[in-house]
Amino acid sequence: MTTRWFGARVQRIEDDRLLRGHGRYTDDIDEGALESVLVRTPYAHARIRSIDVTAARAFPDVVAVYTAEDLPFGNKDLPILIPHPNLTHGRTQRCLASEVVRYAGEAVAFVVAENRHVAEDAAELVEVDYEELPVVITPEAAARADRLVHDDVPGNVAAEMIQEVGDVKTALARAPKRKQLRFRFERGAAAPMEGRAVWARWSTAERKLTVYDSTQSPTSIRGGLAVLFGLPESSVEVIAPDVGGGFGPKIMLFYPDELLVPFAAMRLGRPVKWTEDRQEHFTAVNQERGQVHDVEVGYDAEGKVLALSVDFIHDAGAYTPYGIILPIITAAQVPGPYLVPNYRVRFRDVYTNATPTSPYRGAGRPHACFVMERTLDAIAAELRLDRAEVRRRNLIQPDQFPYDLGVAWQDGNTVVYDSGNYPALLEKALANLGPRPAGDHVGMGLGLYVEGTGVGPYEGAHVQVLVSGKVVAATGIPSQGQSHATVWAQVVADQLGVDVSDVEVTGGDTRRFPWGVGTFASRGAVIAGNAMAIAAGMVADKAKRIAADHLEADPADLELTGGQVRVKGSPDRGMPLGAVAVLANPVRYAFGGGTEAATQFAGNARPGPPLQEGEQPGLEATGYFSPPGSTWASGCHAAYVRVDPETFRIDFLKYVVVHDCGRVINPMVVEGQIEGGVAQGIGGAFYERLAYDESGQLRNASFMEFLMPYATEVPPIEIDHIETPSPLNPLGVKGAGEAGVIPVGAVIASAIEEALGIPITEMPLSPLKLYELSRPS
Amino acid sequence: MRVNGADHPAPVDPRRLLSDHLRHDLGLTGTHVGCEHGVCGCCTVLFDGAPARSCLMLAVQAEGHEVTTIEGLTEDGAPLHPVQQAFHECHALQCGFCTPGFVMSVVGLLAQHPEPTAQQIEEGISGNLCRCTGYASIRRAVTRASELSRG
Repeated sequence: MTTRWFGARVQRIEDDRLLRGHGRYTDDIDEGALESVLVRTPYAHARIRSIDVTAARAFPDVVAVYTAEDLPFGNKDLPILIPHPNLTHGRTQRCLASEVVRYAGEAVAFVVAENRHVAEDAAELVEVDYEELPVVITPEAAARADRLVHDDVPGNVAAEMIQEVGDVKTALARAPKRKQLRFRFERGAAAPMEGRAVWARWSTAERKLTVYDSTQSPTSIRGGLAVLFGLPESSVEVIAPDVGGGFGPKIMLFYPDELLVPFAAMRLGRPVKWTEDRQEHFTAVNQERGQVHDVEVGYDAEGKVLALSVDFIHDAGAYTPYGIILPIITAAQVPGPYLVPNYRVRFRDVYTNATPTSPYRGAGRPHACFVMERTLDAIAAELRLDRAEVRRRNLIQPDQFPYDLGVAWQDGNTVVYDSGNYPALLEKALANLGPRPAGDHVGMGLGLYVEGTGVGPYEGAHVQVLVSGKVVAATGIPSQGQSHATVWAQVVADQLGVDVSDVEVTGGDTRRFPWGVGTFASRGAVIAGNAMAIAAGMVADKAKRIAADHLEADPADLELTGGQVRVKGSPDRGMPLGAVAVLANPVRYAFGGGTEAATQFAGNARPGPPLQEGEQPGLEATGYFSPPGSTWASGCHAAYVRVDPETFRIDFLKYVVVHDCGRVINPMVVEGQIEGGVAQGIGGAFYERLAYDESGQLRNASFMEFLMPYATEVPPIEIDHIETPSPLNPLGVKGAGEAGVIPVGAVIASAIEEALGIPITEMPLSPLKLYELSRPS
Repeated sequence: MRVNGADHPAPVDPRRLLSDHLRHDLGLTGTHVGCEHGVCGCCTVLFDGAPARSCLMLAVQAEGHEVTTIEGLTEDGAPLHPVQQAFHECHALQCGFCTPGFVMSVVGLLAQHPEPTAQQIEEGISGNLCRCTGYASIRRAVTRASELSRG
């Protein structure tokens, strides 16, 4: 194998289509589809007395109106995707609510019409009589449990989990110094530029359901629909076409529309389509980040952490379809790159009358990082030590890998850091940050993090060399912008010795590759990338076996390069890969493209049956990669931030990132991921806040009021890499998708705290919040 | 109205948005809809040569006017327009959903300022949201597009 493409700044193969406006997103697909609208409750908590759809059904050009009683699965709770023994009171919503609604935006009825205008108008005619119930909206109120979100969930507690490594009580008692701190995060939203959309068609003649869905997991949607409708999986095709950003919430399944649109298409015998509008995206798509953390830390006079106890509440929202993955991640990621010899963490996952939660880029980690980094800053301040020095004294050292943290991880194993060099990250970031700029109200912020990436269970890939010599490759996971078509092509091209432009990649289309899990948790490059390498490697081996017969050489003496299989050291003794593809499929009937070379009278290179025992026709292979454990990426961000003491606007004077995701397949792509992540982190730290009022209404459900950063708010980011290859996969890679987001809140808080001399213990901030914190109380 | 140089009949439905008309009546799905309230800029087209939000306009308002969408910048099979080419070279797109809007804004910006200053670039793209790139690569792409446009 040559490594010509791995590590190169290969420009993106997918760009041309997208730049010409030829991308194909779910709402771009029409084909005469009926259009649909969900009727959603405006109340955060209410009992449904009655639903009257008579007027809506009678409205001209309305084709169908469904409520729970019209659905064969209307009385079934939607699945808990990730059950866990500690999730003792898991609850999920029904596809359409008929008894109680528990968050504003929960779906009640589904209207299908000849076009969207009619559907919207008819939705207005659905009469729902509600009896309002008391609302629980903050995690603190949920934990007090004066009111309940679910009558049968005492204390509003869905799950409680306690983990301890070492003996925290004793270590705290013995620690020379102790500190108690509280850190609070509010909810944020991923807000991809493309909202969600679903299109479905049922073919009665073929008994086949075809679904286009802007999902991060078409294979799981396929599995779920097959079970729901009692079809073999081979009768259900799910395609995530171009997806306009995901950032987590599109991994959630099933949103009600993901069942209702296929159901209606089957029932009505016509294609049906549903496209979300931005307002309903804000209330009906999963959110994240609401957590309150109480911390007690014991440390010595040198600033070394001796014991850490963290007790936090996770705001689950109204239901727990995604299980307790988020608080599990926070619990696992608080210690980060630091040695914490005694660590106890307890969380309670509590119900509120807000939109359910599931991972949003960072997924429990920004909060975990904030807790640890703010705690270290507090220790540094108390001891009047340099913040970098306190970190230096607590970092796990390069000779301590693999490092077993001893707490539970989201893949079912315990957290074991596979490789890393945390001191190098810190020193490089400090060096790149350079001297402090002149001027008042300037603060320096610093934050290190680790990120568990590349979680299992597995992904697969299919790679085939066509008789033209071109290569097609497919995997189950879709892209939402992560450049899969380019980086998989790089991996495959190296294995097969072809040009990267000769490899065409398909992802997220169950017709091309039916198995797999999904795009989440920074796992694409690690899991699907290695599956691609394995499948392509199998194809390369097969090409050598077949070519060896015809070149009268030993397969071990052959190499794949320049689109040829040839004898090493004898460039003239070789054959094109396309010709090997022809020979890989012994035929009776030639069909062009050189296939006459593989017919029965073309002469046989070796004795025996045309298709050798154990071989399959075609120069193709399917390979899978299932990791023994997760890969742990890491990094350090540092910044100088100026705060205007009058307006409390912030200005980034410099922002540096040093990042380690193991071996880098394409630095351009990784840097793009990091730049985008930092921007999202800045938004989440200083601009974006989901403002729920006491009645559970989201008061800023539009881009006018939920302020995402424009170019004017995001500074240039200076990025540097170190590489500690992962020992857990053949490519040595780790994930990079979420890294940019994780420490940004901690870095900005640290910088603002220094610039203004006020304690920062919460996220997100805003100019108004800083003004309030700065006022003498 | 003229769309990408060709005449089209007036839209039938008076409450059809220009963005929906382009996408669903004319099949020009390169114009994307991200918010339908004029903030994200995904639906930006050129309206008589200047960038405009097609989601804030009724299709009937475009009668007698010239609309250019992303599909109108270059012929199929022809090389990319310099702004498209610059976005490609600078990795100024990831998921591609905001990209047509950005490209149309930048085409408008460069028509007005062929050699934009850093501040003009910032202002020229400050009406478009991107959730993927963090904008640094888009800023670089504007500078590169200016170079390519001037040959």
